[in-house]
Amino acid sequence: MKDDSFELAGRRYKSRLIVGTGKYRDFAETRAAIEESGAEIVTVAVRRVNITDPNKENLLDYIDPKKWQILPNTAGCYTVEDAVRTCRLAREAGVGDLVKLEVIGDLQTLFPDVPATLEAAKILVKDGFKVLPYITDDPVACLRLAEIGCAAVMPLAAPIGSGMGIRNPFNLRIILEQAKVPVIVDAGVGTASDAAEAMELGCDGLLINSAIASAKHPIAMARAMRLAVEAGRLAYHAGRIEQKLYATASSPLTGMIR
Amino acid sequence: MSSDIQITLNGEPFSVNSDARLTALIDGLNLKRGRVAVEINYEIVPKAQWNNVTLASGDIVEIVNFVGGG
Repeated sequence: MKDDSFELAGRRYKSRLIVGTGKYRDFAETRAAIEESGAEIVTVAVRRVNITDPNKENLLDYIDPKKWQILPNTAGCYTVEDAVRTCRLAREAGVGDLVKLEVIGDLQTLFPDVPATLEAAKILVKDGFKVLPYITDDPVACLRLAEIGCAAVMPLAAPIGSGMGIRNPFNLRIILEQAKVPVIVDAGVGTASDAAEAMELGCDGLLINSAIASAKHPIAMARAMRLAVEAGRLAYHAGRIEQKLYATASSPLTGMIR
Repeated sequence: MSSDIQITLNGEPFSVNSDARLTALIDGLNLKRGRVAVEINYEIVPKAQWNNVTLASGDIVEIVNFVGGG
């Protein structure tokens, strides 16, 4: 097959899987899972340093920014101001201008606040950021974000951490048909088949955290997700057969013994 | 003569020397300079300016780094 590398915000990647670094038991497990996932882009959160125990180990002691593209997020931000402020601090911390924008609208669902996400995206794009916005699986919201100049759109497949899988493949298909920027499914994947399903639909990539980090065996699940993303992508290119209600024999109907 | 002044560091009261530069605060906390970002009174202070900035009484200082997240 021809080169199927993934272009995002002006860089090419071999892996179409982006992984998060939250919820692991420790940094060693975080790193081992990331290695096993094959991911080249890794999300992180921006938080106050621990001033009571400054000798505590730092995530970046384990995840070398020279080896992985660090993707800071704005998780926990409920306003445009907080999200923009967080992105500016992340850039100042020195990992570049690629950011995962989340402006949360509701504590229980963690669904994005769509108007606030659009507004924050406008400010950040203007400020030189390469913005990857987390958004509902709303085709119009995705169109608007692409028009604003976001480097990709990242519709959720189900609520963050829910593991409910691809709840609305039809919306994703519409988003994919209309997309002029990469479409990365962010949130909702529960297991490897969900990842494969998203890739079979034609998604350009996947962002997974909880499904790996909270699995009983995170490192094994990281490998499963890597293989599922690859398998799903291959199947997408291979072109699946049509679904039919009735059987079609695989073996010749002639030459039967009598 | 220098004396101690009170600032708010990451939401908590904190004492620093009145002629303390921002670099002294960062180094005193054992933070790796390349891994953190600093805001004073809601304005980002670029790393290149850390050595020129002296903290004032009542300053609201935020120092952030990266932690695990999705």
